[in-house]
Parts: sequence; C-alpha cells; structure tokens
Amino acid sequence: MTDATTQPTQTQETQIKRSLFQQLELDTRLLGMVGAFIILCIGFNLLTDGRFLTPRNIFNLTIQTVSVAIMASGMVFVIVTRHIDLSVGALLATCSAVMAMVQTQVLPDMLGFGLNHPATWAITIAAGLLVGTLIGAFHGWMVGYLSIPAFIVTLGGFLVWRNVAWYMTDGQTIGPLDKTFLIFGGINGTMGTTWSWIIGLLATAMALFGLWSARRSRQGHGFAVKPLWAELTLAALTSGAILGFVWILNSYLIPARRLKRMMEARGETMPEGLEVGYGLPISVLILIAVAVVMTLIARRTRLGRYIFATGGNPDAAELSGINTRLLTVKIFALMGFLCALSAVVASARLSNHSNDIGTLDELRVIAAAVIGGTALSGGLGTIHGAILGALIMQALQSGMAMVGVDAPFQNIVVGTVLVLAVLIDIIYRKRVGAK
Amino acid sequence: MATAKELRASGATPLVEMKDISIAFGGVKAVDHVSVDLHPGEVVGLLGHNGAGKSTLIKILSGAYHMDAGEIRINGDKVEITNPRDARTHNIETIYQTLALADNLDAASNLFLGRELVTPFGLVDDAAMEAECRKIMGRLNPNFRKFSEPVSALSGGQRQSVAIARAVYFNAKILIMDEPTAALGPHETQMVAELIQQLKAEGIGIFLIDHDVHAVMELCDRASVMKNGQLVGTVNIEDVTDDDLLSMIILGKNPGEKTGATADSVA
Repeated sequence: MTDATTQPTQTQETQIKRSLFQQLELDTRLLGMVGAFIILCIGFNLLTDGRFLTPRNIFNLTIQTVSVAIMASGMVFVIVTRHIDLSVGALLATCSAVMAMVQTQVLPDMLGFGLNHPATWAITIAAGLLVGTLIGAFHGWMVGYLSIPAFIVTLGGFLVWRNVAWYMTDGQTIGPLDKTFLIFGGINGTMGTTWSWIIGLLATAMALFGLWSARRSRQGHGFAVKPLWAELTLAALTSGAILGFVWILNSYLIPARRLKRMMEARGETMPEGLEVGYGLPISVLILIAVAVVMTLIARRTRLGRYIFATGGNPDAAELSGINTRLLTVKIFALMGFLCALSAVVASARLSNHSNDIGTLDELRVIAAAVIGGTALSGGLGTIHGAILGALIMQALQSGMAMVGVDAPFQNIVVGTVLVLAVLIDIIYRKRVGAK
Repeated sequence: MATAKELRASGATPLVEMKDISIAFGGVKAVDHVSVDLHPGEVVGLLGHNGAGKSTLIKILSGAYHMDAGEIRINGDKVEITNPRDARTHNIETIYQTLALADNLDAASNLFLGRELVTPFGLVDDAAMEAECRKIMGRLNPNFRKFSEPVSALSGGQRQSVAIARAVYFNAKILIMDEPTAALGPHETQMVAELIQQLKAEGIGIFLIDHDVHAVMELCDRASVMKNGQLVGTVNIEDVTDDDLLSMIILGKNPGEKTGATADSVA
C-alpha cells in the first residue's frame, strides 16, 4: 500500500499542523466558514465603530436569521436528494395567512373564543403546521410518484401559494395577532437571564455527554479514538461557544422604560437601578431544537441515511430496496412543516401577517444551504453548515445596512458572495480530492 | 452433500426456476419466453451479446424489473418478486455491474444500506455496523483499511469487495453476479474466482453473467446462452468447448446443429 509512505519533501512544521487538525477531526470546511464569518463580523465592527458586535445587534441578528435558518435546514435534505424547492417563501406566506385568519377570525368570531383565548396559539400553530406539511407532502407526491421535476412542481407552487395567501387575506395586512402567539417572534418572548443560564448549562452537559458516549461506543468496539487532549479541547470549545452565546444574549438589557412598563403591567413598581437582560429568545430555542433534531435525523436515523444514499446514487438506493418515491414525499413534507414553523416565527416577529411576508425567502434559503456546503449535485450537505450559511447571509445584509451601503449594492454584494462561495467550495473540494 | 450435478440428475427440485419469462419495453421484447434454473451449489453462466437480454432477465429475479409473463419458483414454491426488498426476503442477493454503491457513504453504510443495524432507540448504530464491516472485510479483503472514507475514495477492487461483502454478509442462498470481474485487475479477478468456489462449496446457487467465455468455462457448471431476448440453449460446460459456446453466442445455434440454422428455428 502506498498510503503509508510519507512524502519526504513535506516540512516538519506542516506535518505537525496537519496532524493537529486531523487529531481534532474537525471539518476544515466548517472551520473556513466560521473563519469567514468571524472576519466578516470584525470587519463590520470596525466599519461601524463597534456598533456591529454589541449584544443588542447580535440579539437582533440571531432573531432575524431564525426564519430563513429553519427553512434552510429542510432545504439541505431537498438539495441532497438532487431536488430543489422554489416555493418555500410562498408556502411560508400561505401558512402565515392560514394562521393569521385562524387566530383573528376563525377562532375568535366564528367559534366564539374571543380575543387572546389561552388555547388560540396552540390551535393556530397546529393548523399552520398541518397545512404546511400537507402542501409539502403534495409537492413531494407530484415529484416522487408523478415524476414531475421538483423545479417545475415548486415553480408552480411558488405562484400558486403566494397567491392563495393573497386570496385568503384579500391582500390585507392581518393583525394584531394573538398575544401568546407573539412570544414566538423573538423580542416579545425571551427566557430571561436565569433560565437562559440553566438552558445553556443543560445544553453544555448534553453536548459533553454526546462527545463522551460517542467515544465510549468506539472504544467498546476497539476502534481508534482521538487522543484525550483533542477530545478535551473539543469539549472546551463546545462549552465555550454555548455559554458565550448565552452570556452575550443575557447582556442585552431590557431598556429601562420598557422594563418599567412591563412591571407596571404586572402591578409592580420598578426599583431604582434594576437591570434585566433579555436572555435567549424562544425563536432561537426553536431554531436550536430544529437544528438538533434535523442533525439527528441526518446522522442517526434510517431516514437520514436513505436521504444521503439516494442523493449519492439514486439507482443504488432503489436497488437496495429503499422506497425512493415515498422518501421524496417525506422530504417535501418535512420541508413544508419547517416552512410552517418559519411562518410562525416570521409573522410573530412582525406581529402581523403582511401580504409580502416571505418574499424572496426561497432564494435566501437556497443560498444559505449552498453557502453552507450543500452540493446541488446531491449527496453532500450539513444542517449546521446551512444554518451558518443563513447567519453569514444575514450578517452581510444587516452589516451593509448599518454601514450605509446603498440598497442596490447590498443585493449586488450578496449575489456576488453566493457565486464566490460556491467557486471557493469547488476549488477546495478539488484540492482535498473529495467529490 | 450431493453435488449440483447429482441433484440435477436425480430430478431434485431446483433452488430457482424461472419459467417462460417475458418482458417487453415499449414493444421491444427484451426477454422472450426464457426458462432457466439453478440448483444449490451450482454456478450457471448467462452468456450473450450486449442487449441479448441476460441482464434484464436477471433484474427480474433481483426485483429491479417486473416481468410481463412467466413465473418464478424458489424451492418449488411460486413467489412474487415485485421489488428488491422481496428478492432480499427470499435470500436473493445481487452484485450489479455498476456495483450500486452510494459513493458519498462509507463502506459500512453501503454494506448495510436498506438493512441498517439499529440501537434499542431505533437510531442507526454506526459503531456496530463498522465492527461487522471490519469482520467481513477481514475475510474477503484483508488489505482493506479505508473504513471511515466515502467509497468514492476507494479503488475499483476495493469497491468491488464492498459490493461482494454486501451480497455475502446477509446469508445469500441465491447470488446473482453481473460481470463481477469487469473492472478488476488479474489478482482481484483471481480473488473473485476463489470466492465463487468457496460460496459454491457452501451450497449457494450462483447466476454468473459474463462476456468472457474463458471465465465461464472455468467457473461454471452449466451455461445458458441468450440472443435477441431468446434462449439459444443451456449446456453442460463439460460437454462443450469454447468454440461451441462462441458459436451459440454469435450464430445462435446449439452444438451439433447444422450450419445455417437460424436463431428463430431454435427458439
């Protein structure tokens, strides 16, 4: 075997560097993206005299990213199986319209619940998720069983669902929405500092347990494991990232006047000098839950294994007895479900349903997945990559807005970055010899 | 244990009988009333030109195609095979010419594709699958090391051994090999030949599709030759020469037949 021979031309230093990354077994591509994101943030921070990296702006950035990021995680599965979904923005609009009508007209007036009934939010969201899942499954059925290309099905869906939403609401902005429903939007629903710390610590504990049990499982079978220092470094990085994120969001303080109003509404008076942080927004928690579940599906379930196998070689998947048609239905149904979930977050964030909600989201979602390393040729893609892609897109957009770049230039830059990101990815994959 | 030849002579029920099989694609009869059978521990070669219908015939048995007419019997019982899962439940395993591997997945994932090992929580158990994969690869190809890389990073021979491992691991009783040595070097071809002998000794029935008449002469007990979707004939390898087989393939005439007979008169 030639694999074992080392090249004598390699210097000692590069060997050490390479083995450092190899021992950590970190995805170098992911590291590159994280690096690009950090450079982007620092750059904008310098250009805005330190206004970009404030807890307030980071808080806003995260809640603005949630809606696109949730859909991008579903888009990964769609693109991995060599399909595409152009209808996600329109589907979001339809789900949002359905939920707006349910909570402002169907439940309060037609069923006599009245305004702000405690069950309204739950029934509304259930209805929205059901509609989204059914429409997605319908798309998947047309793609899988009728063999219509996904591009065409969802291009049709793009026109149909955008205008179904319009028709349902007569093009009007529907609001105000149910009070409880609004907590899913971001600023109106945060966990507070104490609970944020508790959640952060729990998440850290779970991440560490995950690392430990994976190591134990490999050891149990007698496979090689990473050296202990590498494992500990990884554990420290993970815990640091989780707790650091919680710390930043906790240090965004609720403005004093707003806090005073909130306490007065509860019949309390605000003590002098009281400072309360927002903490984790519920919408961000939803995104994290989606990311964890989707990653679990991708890596540890048969469904995920079949999605990637089908993307890598559809014929092989079929010959292995995988029902690829039904699989397509499941993937699009999941995409529809996530569009509906995004619709909850997006409409709650705006605190109403507007006719143009989700416009151009399909392109943002596809761009996020592609920047995040999902290959349109199928078989490759990660959930965390797509979410990071969504974050990079959002950082770029809001950073440019803060710097004061003209609107047309903002879109020119975003478009250019998308193409460049894919070019860099192609060069990178060629270099490392991966397909 | 009786050899395949003795079993056949004694009139025992064959392991597989494909009777009067027909399939057409848009008016073209790809397989036209063909019957073949296979006994345990027997290797039956399927020969013919490209487009003669041998791969199509065998894809009916492996569940990739659904026949228009005819019947399949396994151990004498009529069975319905409408998809690859049905074929697998009857212990029919196939090594396809294209290998049918998902290039983006590692060897263990490909080995267990469609039949993953799961933990008590229903999650796929990658560590257990890798352990099993290491075991079987240790038997088939002891030099195999690349367990954590996608199979796209493997050589032709290594990919072939993954495909073979997939067929062998799940206790196949009936094995279909579609040109198993087409992409291999001489050493690996020899390995496949030894494997076929070993599987044969274990009582597995093998359909071997091959272009190479010499390989068929060496490995098979019988050979069925197809031409233009029809069966020219089935012969015992001991009774024929290379030239006999070649003239069956090219001219479509059985050994001992007069020159000038056409394929149609045989069918």
